[in-house]
Amino acid sequence: ELPPSHHSATRAAALAACYLSYQRGSPWRGLALRAVRSCRRQDIDGVGHKYYLELVLEDVLDKDSTVNCTAEVLHHLGNKKIAPDVQFTIEGELKNTDEADNVFYNRIKSLEKELVAENIPDNHGNISPEMEPIRLLAWVASGYVIWQNSTENTKFQLAQIKHVKQVKRSDEYLEFDYMILLHEMVSQEIIPWQMTVLWHPQHGVQVTRESRQPKHA
Amino acid sequence: MKILLVFTSLVAAACSEQLFVGDQVLRITASNEEQVALLRALGEQTELQVDFWRHPASPGHPADLRVPFPSLQAVKTLLESNGISYSILIQDLQELLDEEKKAMAKSRRTQRSTSTFDFASYHTIEELYDWMDALVADHPDLVSKLQIGQSYENRSLYVLKFSTGGSNRSAVWLDTGIHSREWITQATGAWTANKIAEEYGQDPSVTAILDHMDIFLEIIANPDGFAYTHSSNRMWRKTRSINAGSHCVGVDPNRNWDAGFGEAGSSWNPCSETYHGPYANSEPEVRAIVDFVNNHGNIKAFISIHSYSQLLLYPYGYTKTPVPDHTELHEISEKAVTALSSLYGTRYEYGSIYTTIYQASGATVDWTYNQGIKYSFTFELRDTGRYGFLLPANQIIPTAQETWLALKVIMQHTLDHPY
Repeated sequence: ELPPSHHSATRAAALAACYLSYQRGSPWRGLALRAVRSCRRQDIDGVGHKYYLELVLEDVLDKDSTVNCTAEVLHHLGNKKIAPDVQFTIEGELKNTDEADNVFYNRIKSLEKELVAENIPDNHGNISPEMEPIRLLAWVASGYVIWQNSTENTKFQLAQIKHVKQVKRSDEYLEFDYMILLHEMVSQEIIPWQMTVLWHPQHGVQVTRESRQPKHA
Repeated sequence: MKILLVFTSLVAAACSEQLFVGDQVLRITASNEEQVALLRALGEQTELQVDFWRHPASPGHPADLRVPFPSLQAVKTLLESNGISYSILIQDLQELLDEEKKAMAKSRRTQRSTSTFDFASYHTIEELYDWMDALVADHPDLVSKLQIGQSYENRSLYVLKFSTGGSNRSAVWLDTGIHSREWITQATGAWTANKIAEEYGQDPSVTAILDHMDIFLEIIANPDGFAYTHSSNRMWRKTRSINAGSHCVGVDPNRNWDAGFGEAGSSWNPCSETYHGPYANSEPEVRAIVDFVNNHGNIKAFISIHSYSQLLLYPYGYTKTPVPDHTELHEISEKAVTALSSLYGTRYEYGSIYTTIYQASGATVDWTYNQGIKYSFTFELRDTGRYGFLLPANQIIPTAQETWLALKVIMQHTLDHPY
């Protein structure tokens, strides 16, 4: 049993929240970790460390809307290349965002020129309303990147979108090429990361390519 | 507006300050050509020393005439005996000039005054340094500005001292901005400085604290880094010192202190964000605080403010071993966090650095605790990652307000538990 404020608990919880957010998120639905209610850690010989979590998540766009969930995070021993296993259960229903999602989908689909933007939020924390769904989509997608690259000794957050460019597709998906900055809490590094994100209202968010970029001096 | 122009032209004309005591300005309306001619003639009488601010042009159009005090009697008699109507536009020119001068000086002060400083936005280093001077000017009996050293790039390291007197009283130290990208902290520091100045004499707790202790507040603990976040890289954390043999710049000022220096929880690599530096206190920004603390010798609480994560932390960071005063610090933290949350419901966790975030060696409050400053705390302010370092400015004041409640708990406890 770990105190909810212990760093092992908060790191596992952050990871679970990222994974969950990626699985369930959209440009109009982002889930963030509100609190860790409990955390239990089990050391499994020859396998790794397993964390059993009870979490409270909040809707990023509506802080009063919260949902409870349970999650299990298994960090595999030794091999750093394998992403941790995450499973979760959400209690209750998540808010339906179909209408907002569809409006956004149609807006982007009908753009004559590909969308291009940078520095979201800007240095003062500002995000224009039109860019909010672009920002949230990146946040949801970064959940995948974070999940794939996390260990027990890391805690990632999306710090900023440096650059985003829409890539027009002939099929029904929207595609965006993002250059993001991830903030890794333990090392305090700001790491540029490229990710290619696909989204469709009915098919959810997918990251098809992601790669860590070299840091500038 | 015309008066201001008059003032400036008068000043321009008279390099040495000419006094206009008792001089009047008369508004004269000639009703016919004869009277206009008479006015013109009046202007030519040199011994009267009158001068027209608005010349007599034609009947019915007013002329404005400055009349020196000694000539007043003569001019008025002349006008009256010729039936030329006039009124007194300015009763005493010098009085008017004096008032104007005061108003201009006041308006210059107001631009730098604390009452117009916008605490709800992020500022540059120059704006903050100017505002600090204004704060001192507005509260000269309470606030003074000390320079405790210079940064690597030779910027002044300023500390505001809040004191109601005494000699080397027990003191509380606060610093913000040691990690330059944590912009919410410098902004909170400014708001807090203003709040302390405002609340002395108003809030019983603050008054009691300042009647017995001094408060030192270093708002921009890493000015080089801060300037760099404005000019070049918003995400810059460290100092800007050049590292011999490396193209990477800067040392993590929160790994540069002499407590577990160089151990696990800091990096030997100059390119790393947690590079500890070539040796403890290598950074002048850190050295300045170390020297200040040692020379002062009577600091009882030391609070270093960072962001983000919404945490209240106490030592140690460099080791898992709890500090001897762990129980008391834990209790204070609980009280402080409860007070903080009471305002907007902001959730904070608390605990030692090591257990709550990570192992960190060479951290500020580890050193201060080991110097005997029992009440050593580190804050990590808003938020928990949604905006992170890029916290929107509309959260500055709420963050500062809630943090203030926690600071008061810690300061009050320090006052109530002398050691």
